[in-house]
Amino acid sequence: MVPGTDTGRQATAALPAGGAAELAIELRGISKAFGSVQANKDISIKVKRGSIHGIIGENGAGKSTLMSILYGFYKADAGEILIGGTLTAIPDSQSAIRAGIGMVFQHFKLVQNFTVLENVILGAEDGGLLRPSLAKARRVLADLSREYGLDVAPDALIEDLSVGHQQRVEILKALYRQADILILDEPTGVLTPAEADHLFRILKGLKDQGKTIILITHKLREIMEITDTVSVMRRGQMTATVKTSETSPEALAELMVGRKVLLQVEKRAANPGKTVLEVENLSVRGEDKVERVKGISLTIRAGEILGIAGVAGNGQSELLEVLAGIANGTGTIRLNGVELDLTGRHSDGQSRRAQGIAHVPEDRQHLGMVMDFTAWENVAFGYHHAPEYQKNALFMDNAAVRADTEGKMARFDVRPPIPTLAAKNFSGGNQQKIIVAREIERNPDLLLIGQPTRGVDIGAIEFIHKQIVALRDAGKAILLVSVELDEIMSLSDRIAVMFDGRIMGLRDPATTDERDLGLLMAGVDGKAA
Amino acid sequence: MDQMPRWADVVLVPLISLLLAAFVSALVLLAIGQSPVEAFNVMVDGALGSAYGWGYTLYYATSFMFTGLAVTVAFHAGLFNIGGEGQAQLGGLGVALVCLALPWPHWTLALVAASFGAALFGAAWAAIPAYLQARRGSHIVITTIMFNYIASALIVYMLVDVLRPAGQMDPATARFPAGTKLPTLNEIPGFNLFFQKTVPANVTLIIALLACWVIWLLLWRTRLGYQIRAFGKSEPAARYAGINPFRITMITMLISGGLAGLMSINNVMGEAERLLQNSAEGAGFIGIAVALMGRNHPLGVLLAAVLFGFLYQGGAELGLWTSIPIELRVVVQGLVILFTGALDHMVRMMLRWVFSFTTAKVA
Repeated sequence: MVPGTDTGRQATAALPAGGAAELAIELRGISKAFGSVQANKDISIKVKRGSIHGIIGENGAGKSTLMSILYGFYKADAGEILIGGTLTAIPDSQSAIRAGIGMVFQHFKLVQNFTVLENVILGAEDGGLLRPSLAKARRVLADLSREYGLDVAPDALIEDLSVGHQQRVEILKALYRQADILILDEPTGVLTPAEADHLFRILKGLKDQGKTIILITHKLREIMEITDTVSVMRRGQMTATVKTSETSPEALAELMVGRKVLLQVEKRAANPGKTVLEVENLSVRGEDKVERVKGISLTIRAGEILGIAGVAGNGQSELLEVLAGIANGTGTIRLNGVELDLTGRHSDGQSRRAQGIAHVPEDRQHLGMVMDFTAWENVAFGYHHAPEYQKNALFMDNAAVRADTEGKMARFDVRPPIPTLAAKNFSGGNQQKIIVAREIERNPDLLLIGQPTRGVDIGAIEFIHKQIVALRDAGKAILLVSVELDEIMSLSDRIAVMFDGRIMGLRDPATTDERDLGLLMAGVDGKAA
Repeated sequence: MDQMPRWADVVLVPLISLLLAAFVSALVLLAIGQSPVEAFNVMVDGALGSAYGWGYTLYYATSFMFTGLAVTVAFHAGLFNIGGEGQAQLGGLGVALVCLALPWPHWTLALVAASFGAALFGAAWAAIPAYLQARRGSHIVITTIMFNYIASALIVYMLVDVLRPAGQMDPATARFPAGTKLPTLNEIPGFNLFFQKTVPANVTLIIALLACWVIWLLLWRTRLGYQIRAFGKSEPAARYAGINPFRITMITMLISGGLAGLMSINNVMGEAERLLQNSAEGAGFIGIAVALMGRNHPLGVLLAAVLFGFLYQGGAELGLWTSIPIELRVVVQGLVILFTGALDHMVRMMLRWVFSFTTAKVA
């Protein structure tokens, strides 16, 4: 910085005073590097007051870093932030709150065994006694609920609320702190379509009241539906800011990835063969002894993809885990006519693999890989007994695993193709490619695949979808679990909807629509309604 | 956020931690009116300045290598084995029982059998907390600490009421038969060129060095080591991969307890030649510091064990030749543990900050 620019900066800060009402936020030339990685590079953006501004980009594009700078979690290496036309320093989140910025994180920051009111005042108490704060919060909350349709029972415990309601509490927390600018990070990831619609109605209401909303998402549909303006980020840079009404999903996808992307999965009609998997009356209890899967039955045939739709937490995870031999259950599961052990006494992840079941788990980072292991160590993960990875009875053939990893990385376009790099240093999409390569190349009879594209960038989504369809066309059975309805609809040959541990109904993707599935996902029997 | 070259993490961090520990130790010495320079000279001269000093330093280091490896192996499975002390004492009991059982004709036979006994007893003592952890969920840190006390009480009982020869006053076993006498370094060809007078360091040092190599092979070259490390990094992921948590917990703790027990070859068989009360003399706990400082890598454990051997021997020399109380040895050790173990992150953060400038210039 050259001394003397200070006066210049004062001048520019004072200049837009006339148009200050126009812009809620202006970022000028924001840059931030982590070591050699340039997370944000000279980013400038103008957010109009009273608008919904979408920020879209692949994982690792720098959206979260940018918002973290705005919320005071990181300090920018260069650039300036103007709030309402005034140059504002945001060294910590307290300053961000004072500047009228509220943030709703993807993972809620709520105390589970506190009430809604207690959560709302947490960190914003007036004085040492709680009673006056609680009374004040009760009044404010009642006003906010009326004004924006944000109704939440103030005395309910967070743990008793649905995810959609918990999210409303997060929004209320921000509004209670008098936020004028609301940043939402991937807000619909955990919501049913109906809950997402409700959230969008709330956001529109907030906008009508003059609030400014920044929506970070990777879902093109949401951007098209609700935003006024959209900014696209790619590799730390802002590639474009356009009016939403003047763009299309295809154009945005191309801006995000930097090349043309197929948003639709290309697949031929299924050609189902013999029955591979039969599940009869399967029940699974979670670790808390609560029944999570309640007597479900289903079959999957060779050469078909059965998609399980549903809001997260309705028993899909437990279904996958019992099939993969990680959890125990009761009932009957037959693979190619052979009954599987469900008690855990004669079964585990190893025996299931031996029987021809491969599993791409929902929680990639906690189940599917060891983040501190290298890529090649993760390629052997679960297959560490495979004969081709052994030197002799005692020693593993690490060189053979590394060579196999190099091959897989080339075939699945993993970047960077370095087998000795730790798994945590790969992007979400490349981590997923490593897992998918590991599981699919075992040529299993049945592939269990949960949330195949969660946290995966658009370019990699296209690739992973192609691999799944190719495995199906090779005559394998596939059980797909996803909370992304688009994904379920475009990949599945049949769709089962799970709600509260039961299968609410089976649908043909050709004849169903999101409304129908959405009702089933919310526990409403479509036919009865 | 790897902003620091690897060599800095491996070499610079422990080095700076050590310098800080030395600096604060010097302040303590000044505070009690002693000269840090003199103390340092006495320590270095006493521990490293002569074959005699090296003989003691390496003797201590041998014990610390075993206990450090014991902590290291358990750590890689995510288990914090604080019970090295008790396992080492039980290992000593195993050594004593083997050595006193037969009139051993030659030390090599006795060494093989006693090693077996030491590892078996140490492993058995670790097996109980391991089982409680794996099956009942009793936290292994708590149970291994408690088992140290039980071990020490058990040894007292064995020495006073069972193994003490008739007519002997002190609670100890009889002296081991002559055939169990392990060659000290001055009796081994090659080593005797350097060690001309009798030193306590003995042939066990070679076993300890071998153990470092074997444990390295185990952890990074075998399927078992792969499973141990996977389990230690992420238990849910290990379950996904079909790695049996019970089996890995048991096997790891058996190896860990066995290593701690093996330490007794060095002190009980190689030096005391009978089992005494409190035979491990805290080496089980030093092993925790050694593993921490050695970054849970066998090579690091080897180096850290030698460092702590130096502190032990140098500290003893301080008590011998200066008016500095021998307890100061404990203070210095404490500071080394504090800086290399507990505050190691502080140093790393400082270094990261320093290195962030150099990388910024490159970028």
